[in-house]
Amino acid sequence: MKTQHKRLLQRTYIVLIFGFMYLPIAVLIAYSFNESKSRAVFTGFTLSWYKSLFQNEMILSSLGLSVVLALVSSVLATILGTLATIGIYSMSRRTQLIINNISYVPVVNPEIITGVSLMLLFVLMQRTGLGGEGGIFGWFTLLIAHITFNVPYVIFNVSPKLRQLDPSLYNAAQDLGCTPRQAFFKVILPQLTPAILSAFLICLTYSIDDFMISYFNCGTMQTLPIAIYSMTRKKVSPEINALSTIMFLVILSIILVSNALDSRTYRKNQAAIRQGRVQA
Amino acid sequence: MKWKRRALAALGATVLAVCGALPAAAADDIILNEDLSVSGDYDWTRFAGENITLNVYNWGLYISDGSDESVDVLSAFEELTGIQVNYTTFDSNESLYAKMKSGGASYDVIFPSDYMVGKMIEEGMLAPLDYSNIPNLAAIGPEYLGWDFDPDNTYSVPYTWGTTGLIYNTTLVDEAPTSWSALWDMQYANNVLMFNNSRDAYAIAAKKLGLSLNPSSVEEVDRVMQELQGQKSVVQAYVMDEIFDKMEGGEAALAPYYAGDALTMIADNPDLAFVHPEEGVNFFVDSMCIPATSKNKEAAEMFINYMCETSVGYANCDYIGYSTPITAVWELLDDDLKYSPIAYPGEEVMSKAEVFTTLPDEINAELDAQWSEMKSYDESGGSWMVVIFLVGAVLLSGFNIWRKVRRKMRDTY
Repeated sequence: MKTQHKRLLQRTYIVLIFGFMYLPIAVLIAYSFNESKSRAVFTGFTLSWYKSLFQNEMILSSLGLSVVLALVSSVLATILGTLATIGIYSMSRRTQLIINNISYVPVVNPEIITGVSLMLLFVLMQRTGLGGEGGIFGWFTLLIAHITFNVPYVIFNVSPKLRQLDPSLYNAAQDLGCTPRQAFFKVILPQLTPAILSAFLICLTYSIDDFMISYFNCGTMQTLPIAIYSMTRKKVSPEINALSTIMFLVILSIILVSNALDSRTYRKNQAAIRQGRVQA
Repeated sequence: MKWKRRALAALGATVLAVCGALPAAAADDIILNEDLSVSGDYDWTRFAGENITLNVYNWGLYISDGSDESVDVLSAFEELTGIQVNYTTFDSNESLYAKMKSGGASYDVIFPSDYMVGKMIEEGMLAPLDYSNIPNLAAIGPEYLGWDFDPDNTYSVPYTWGTTGLIYNTTLVDEAPTSWSALWDMQYANNVLMFNNSRDAYAIAAKKLGLSLNPSSVEEVDRVMQELQGQKSVVQAYVMDEIFDKMEGGEAALAPYYAGDALTMIADNPDLAFVHPEEGVNFFVDSMCIPATSKNKEAAEMFINYMCETSVGYANCDYIGYSTPITAVWELLDDDLKYSPIAYPGEEVMSKAEVFTTLPDEINAELDAQWSEMKSYDESGGSWMVVIFLVGAVLLSGFNIWRKVRRKMRDTY
């Protein structure tokens, strides 16, 4: 009796939590097919918001900027962050602690402080004549800002993995005839790859998501969150629901595919290990 | 909608051609596409090939940009003139101001509202316009020119205008309200929405008290804010664009908003109605200006002139739903809209309407401070709940730590 109650409670709890997380998205998807512009009443099924989304140049161009910015900044931040992690790893314990804490600052700092302080820095640089007549605000300030807030996430994703590695692996590789470079690329890097990939994905989402920091550093450019926010005096257009639905589905399928691949290689490895044992 | 508009435009064009009412509509109009044409008397192509990009900063969803089956006036401008338009958007006058002040961006055309135009003029942020490049100023009705914030229109050309007013759901109110005081009526407790922006909310309370919506002293601000605080128990939520959904969905009985948006809401939910309260309303003019930092002033003036073309103004008016200051555009409108008391109210309403002026710094600061205080003030003692909750959380975590430490001690023995 008691365990049954417990199980029921567990189930309701799980359902409630998932409900809170996914019901809003379900509602949003449902209303992207709503004929009327209103979010209050469902008047009929239509795909016209999807059609008009692909004709809306402003939304598309800001989406384009957001995506390109996210990709470029995450790639750069991942490279920078991985290198930094390896550098930090070879420092003394004390310096490691200090550097780790310093790189943690942008993460715990409220975004608005990061945004405003970067803006002030850029304004200062602009005063010295950098960037010429048009000023420096635009693509490069956005890129630098995004790399700045992404790098700590990479460090904090990759460094635990690096600490888990057996330190003698690198030495063993060199013993077996690797040059230091080969030892890094052939032994260390493949071990870190899953952590680096997940760091990259985290950067990608933070970068697409970011409003505050972009807002202060975008100059006359406009990322998707800024474009959506500016619609709030009038009404946020249902095209945004359609766009969010598409983005949700794309991200969901990326996650599903990557998980499927992961579990396949895992199964393969397990099978190989088992066979190896049998043969041995 | 589209066929209707085209038929109308055609009808308008023939009427105009017959009466010759519009001098600009000469035979040598340049046809851009089936919806747009511009005056042929203007040298539109003088910047072609110079690779100029205009940075235009406007309110969100405030131009006919081709979305939702509207006419794309921006790409037509680019094709006509060879000037590129980098079009971006903002959400409020205050963020426009902050963006300009930060020095982080340089714009060529901006669209501030009345009081913000005044503030920017005072602070030298705008460039005086050269009207020889904007002959279409003549198309703007004289009643929309020369307001206090820019008496000679040295710096601004009106883009759209409108009034505030009261939107109500006829099925949820007993009798049609005629006064702002309906927003204070206890029988609508929890059924009233209110502006989530200090200036508009203040204007309503001030009008209710019979005061000007431009406070002249700090004491006046305090008094009006007291009135707004008294309204809190009736208000369901302080919102802006959520008003659309809440009113259309029948979630609230009364809400103040802009007349142009009220028309949109009424079209979606015929149970809704709109009234200009008898105490008087706010009359606003969103204007086009050129910042003093603009590097392409003449091209920017060409853009403003283009926006005042009849067909362009008509496309914008049709898309935005706010009232137009361009006389020829008004003449093209559907009779329903043209004589709509909501969009184009008569003398009775307009004589009592008031425009926001730029407030002195100390009054502005007081208004902001009082507004935040009013919104965070909670008479039901909700603020105590937060403290109790925090104390509870601290106690709980303290208990947890104590338990863990005790267990650790026990384990070591």
